[in-house]
Amino acid sequence: MHGLINRSIQCFLRDTYGVPLWLDVAAAADLPSNEFEAMLTYEDALTWRVLDAAAVALKKSRAMVLEDIGTYLVSHPNNEGLRRLLRFAGLSYEDFLHSLDDLPDRTRLAVSDLELPELELRQHSASRFSITCNAGMPGFGHVLVGILRAMADDYGALVILDYLGERHQVETIEVTLVEPAFAEGRAFELGAKTG
Amino acid sequence: MSTAQVHPAAGSPGPALLPPLPLGSMDALSPMHLVLDETGHVIHAGPTMQKLRPDSPMAGRRFLEIFEMSRPRAVSSMPALLASAGMKLHLRLRDEPRTPLKAVLVPLAGEGAAAPGALVNFSFGISILDAIQTYTLHSGDFAPTDLTIEMLYLIEAKTAAMEASRTLNLRLQGAKIAAEEQAYTDTLTGLKNRRAMDHILSRLVRTGQDFALMHLDLDWFKQVNDSHGHAAGDYVLQHVARLMVDETRGGDTVARIGGDEFVLLFHNLTRRARIEEIAARLIQRLEAPISFEGVTCRVSCSMGTTLSTFYDQPRAEQLLADADSALYASKKAGRAQHRFFIPEDPPQTP
Repeated sequence: MHGLINRSIQCFLRDTYGVPLWLDVAAAADLPSNEFEAMLTYEDALTWRVLDAAAVALKKSRAMVLEDIGTYLVSHPNNEGLRRLLRFAGLSYEDFLHSLDDLPDRTRLAVSDLELPELELRQHSASRFSITCNAGMPGFGHVLVGILRAMADDYGALVILDYLGERHQVETIEVTLVEPAFAEGRAFELGAKTG
Repeated sequence: MSTAQVHPAAGSPGPALLPPLPLGSMDALSPMHLVLDETGHVIHAGPTMQKLRPDSPMAGRRFLEIFEMSRPRAVSSMPALLASAGMKLHLRLRDEPRTPLKAVLVPLAGEGAAAPGALVNFSFGISILDAIQTYTLHSGDFAPTDLTIEMLYLIEAKTAAMEASRTLNLRLQGAKIAAEEQAYTDTLTGLKNRRAMDHILSRLVRTGQDFALMHLDLDWFKQVNDSHGHAAGDYVLQHVARLMVDETRGGDTVARIGGDEFVLLFHNLTRRARIEEIAARLIQRLEAPISFEGVTCRVSCSMGTTLSTFYDQPRAEQLLADADSALYASKKAGRAQHRFFIPEDPPQTP
């Protein structure tokens, strides 16, 4: 698994629950070093060991941990850069949903060896969508639910999200856009430094 | 204004005359444009163009009063402007903020009785990074086919990726320095080791600096080891190592190259009298009794020194061998003393 993904899990645990918890998880998962490097690649098994150790330490299901990671990726101040990249998708939450199809390609433009699961958006009506997530990485769908939820807050949209489960490694999420402009979203300027 | 239409000029180069384009469609296709009349006054500004000066409408003002052309130069009239049709124009706003812009102009045919004018299409070009800081711009201010937003996305993503790479490089660099430090350090005494000494010596030889090479061997060290054990021996080695560092300058090199053998490199020092002084101090200090866990250990040292100035072309192995033979002479003469190597044919010093 790419170091950026592993590093995100590490930062999530560290920023949300503190360094001691992260060190406990790293020890329980028997990591060779207690830091992941963002720009190196690691065995997949290592990632799952960390996630399982985190689930035990936090007394949560692995799915919940994954969803929390998704939320963290968008909403934590340390990840402002990532939130900004996602907001480049467009002016509305619907624009953002439509941009998901391009996300893996966009990501590859920046980090050529970071493979994200294929995402496909289907629109069933003006307000009902479904997203399939073809991972080869089961569990990514839960992360996506967290990201979709946090981005809805970011845009000020009111949505209902349903994780419909996994079939043949393909996860499906249903999105109902109840109110595109429900609340004041967070500001987004093209220039990163403007206030 | 809404009835004005954009007609590519009949006489302009290119294929067939295009049908007129309503201004609204130009606003969508290319929101950073201006339409000029035959006198060179702005008659319409695209919405993003107008955002550059939100408080003063561009329409009604003379184009060349708003902008300063830097390429091509000497454009001061509408005919000269029309003559630049199709070229890449470099210009900037005359008042602050003086954002640089790129543009291209096409002449427009007159509609009915109206005289011909021009359409100027703009882009920020590479100044986009400053522009997004200066003006309040959103993705909706760019045409959907415009790649500006993709470029901004890419710049941010690349910056983040580069930052991550840079952090990793710094960490690896730190680890490399630590590893090298370890590879060059004698772990018992903290002095340089043989490898480090070889490295420094060959650099001194290569760069042609003057220096003195002293080979030092402890006297009666074996007796300390034999009668008080290795722990006492190790302690003595650490103790004398500290003394040697004390008696030398910060830029000199003190290396432990074997059990109780040391090499000292005095950089830029070949004055015999000074070296004799250092050697005498070393003997004096090393001979002071050393207490270790209730026992008293006594050692001294024998030394042999050679100078880079003895040689026309110094070679590291030769210097080491010569210092060693001087050391051997000190040992043979009764220990606890210092000798200079005596070159057979010393080069004449002027």
